[in-house]
Amino acid sequence: MDRRKYLKTLAVGTVGTLSAATLIDSCKPKDKPKEIGAAPTIDRTPAEAEHDNKLMADKFFDEHEMKTISVLADIIIPKDDVSGSATDAKVPDFLEFIVKDMPKHQTPMRGGLKWLDLHCMKKYNKAFVECNTGQQIEMVDQIAFPEKARPEMQPGVAFFNLMRDLTATGFFTSKIGIEDLGYVGNKANQWDGVPQDVLDQYGVKYDERTLAESVKFDS
Amino acid sequence: MPDFQIKKNPKTYDAIIVGSGAGGGMSAYVLSQAGLKVLLLEAGPLYDPAKNVMQLKWPYESPRRGASTKFRNFGDFDAAYGGWELDGEPYTHKDGTKFDWFRSRMLGGRTNHWGRISLRFGPKDFKRKSIDGMGDDWPIGYEDVAPYYDKVDRLIGVFGSKENLPNDPDSIFLPPPKPRLHELFIKEAGTALNIPVIPSRLSILTRPINKERGACFFCSQCNRGCTVYGDFSSSSVLVIPALNTGNVDVIANAMVREVLTDSGGKATGISYVNKEDMQEYEVSAKVVVLAASACESARLLLNSKSSNHPNGLANSSNVVGKYLHDSTGTGMGGILPKLVGRKRYNEDGVGGMHVYTPWWLENKKLDFARGYHVEYYGGMGMPGYGFGFGMQGTNGKYPGRDGKQKEAGGYGTALKDDYRYFYGAHFGMDGRGEAIAREDNYCEIDPTTVDKFGIPVLRFHYKWSDQEVKQAKHMKDTFREIIHKMGGVVTWGDNGSPENDYGLEAPGRIIHEVGTTRMGDDKKKSVLNKFNQAHDCKNLFVMDGGAFVSQADKNPTWTILALAMRASEYVIDEMKKQNL
Repeated sequence: MDRRKYLKTLAVGTVGTLSAATLIDSCKPKDKPKEIGAAPTIDRTPAEAEHDNKLMADKFFDEHEMKTISVLADIIIPKDDVSGSATDAKVPDFLEFIVKDMPKHQTPMRGGLKWLDLHCMKKYNKAFVECNTGQQIEMVDQIAFPEKARPEMQPGVAFFNLMRDLTATGFFTSKIGIEDLGYVGNKANQWDGVPQDVLDQYGVKYDERTLAESVKFDS
Repeated sequence: MPDFQIKKNPKTYDAIIVGSGAGGGMSAYVLSQAGLKVLLLEAGPLYDPAKNVMQLKWPYESPRRGASTKFRNFGDFDAAYGGWELDGEPYTHKDGTKFDWFRSRMLGGRTNHWGRISLRFGPKDFKRKSIDGMGDDWPIGYEDVAPYYDKVDRLIGVFGSKENLPNDPDSIFLPPPKPRLHELFIKEAGTALNIPVIPSRLSILTRPINKERGACFFCSQCNRGCTVYGDFSSSSVLVIPALNTGNVDVIANAMVREVLTDSGGKATGISYVNKEDMQEYEVSAKVVVLAASACESARLLLNSKSSNHPNGLANSSNVVGKYLHDSTGTGMGGILPKLVGRKRYNEDGVGGMHVYTPWWLENKKLDFARGYHVEYYGGMGMPGYGFGFGMQGTNGKYPGRDGKQKEAGGYGTALKDDYRYFYGAHFGMDGRGEAIAREDNYCEIDPTTVDKFGIPVLRFHYKWSDQEVKQAKHMKDTFREIIHKMGGVVTWGDNGSPENDYGLEAPGRIIHEVGTTRMGDDKKKSVLNKFNQAHDCKNLFVMDGGAFVSQADKNPTWTILALAMRASEYVIDEMKKQNL
């Protein structure tokens, strides 16, 4: 594939818009709201920019909660020989943002963390983060497997399911996670069908009509 | 007292167009090319997909990783400013019925994020009453629209394959992309079940068609807006070229209140509130074109009351707002076990499906009227918010990479590997079908509620009938059959029952609402004539989906475009003859 050719294609398309450019520029917000953190690299309406800045300025989890989240996140997605851990991918920061963005997660998360600490206090006389690794894993084992968890552990199961979901989403939408997953798109490409070795692997092929009528590329 | 005078624009335009989506964009394009002086009013801000860029952004460039918000209901990267609910712009419902109204407030309207599915209506679609006795026939037939479909194909571009199907006419097609892997399996299953699976028909340029627009580079992100204009949006393909003629003024953030009329009942212009300065304005024109979307245009007409038009403008028939209908829709999806642990490659393709199923059965042999088409999705897409959710419902059901069944849920390196293992094995399908247009499904003015601009709002009354529910049941049965034939396992959507209307989405959810200002030869039963011209007011036109008599099992955009082009050419002719 010749990437440069596509980058050229990218550039060509914008030529025709130059005469309308000044007009369209006026759609940018006149008074940019004060930025907190990194400036957004995606299209934001003034209302969105204001909303996001407000969320980023707010704080939901306290220090102890963030510590607990970090330990749990790395238990769920640890470093392995393919990629780094959830905290390497800054998953706790994502969780802090997403519970402010989606208030429905706030009580299940806060309450779940509390539930976890109380169980650890009862059993080990320590909060979850103060427990040693063996104790933490012993605790997690009781809530990480919904189908075999004891009935009295169900609140913990619900919390851990949510924690697993948000951790996985946070991880696999990060740069580290996307690379780990092997997603290789989101760039200029020529789609010329499923690679031959994959077609062979599944014993399928394009019929002659499809080959004849589909878009072809000079290679 | 605040300053409350109405500012009158001294300029008189040949035409004012309200709305810049498919209909308004096309009208602005055609009228400005012919040299008419046009004012284009848009209720939202200006927008240009080449400048308001979302394309090729990574999930982590959104702090919510692309999750939807109240500002962007289809996700943080989606090119729609708006959604089902807009702050300060409510709508209401009557008799406990449901209708969800999606509004994009931006230059180009909903064409910026739409699915690019560009289907012609077929000959039968214009004559349904003659075929099944329900609804009404259009006052025009396929042969009237076909030349305009041809012109739209050439102007905008659409890919697809020649099939010679009786009611799914071929366009002038660009070559389609080859099917993806899951699409090959769908095609294989469909063929075995006598369900046709053919190349999709999307307005995406697999080949360049002019110098202003680049060709598709297969990033699969049409809904984010295309920086090279490689797909159809009204903003990039119609409005910006129209502006470049020098004949069009555009006013953004202009919320139109009403169409103004003179003592003879003719339209003289419009009044609007500018959302930026909250001042009131009036502008005059020889012709007024409404293309604000089916429901918004109906609302405007109903709110334009005068002594000559006491019932609202162009509403002597009392039909404005009635015959509202949206496509039917329901879906089902699953996992294809043979795709777990699959080899990675760039599978993005175009922004949407590469194959689809047009309606293939005879309604005479079925217990419901009208058909549906099927849209497919799946594959190794870019992860976003929601990726990996519910793993405890998947990883305990299938043997893992080591061939062993494991306990559902879990954590750690084994869980981490599960996300990799199941990635790209999910797929799904949606049916999109034709509902019957009925007089008692309607929008009207809510007599007690106004929006933040003081404009009376719409109140909806909409119920599905047995026809649509039975169609949804048939969709579910078809989807299950296809999934099983593929060797797939259903994971969601197979929950159809009479109690939930077989999963039939609430009206409005498919965002194909049409019919509120329908055309017809009989001015007692229709709002517009066959050229989208109001029976009651000859210099007033409605060029959005409101003009539809019936919506077919096709997405409405291509027909909105063709009819708006046809109606705009009629405007030019009539102006030349001094009839307007």
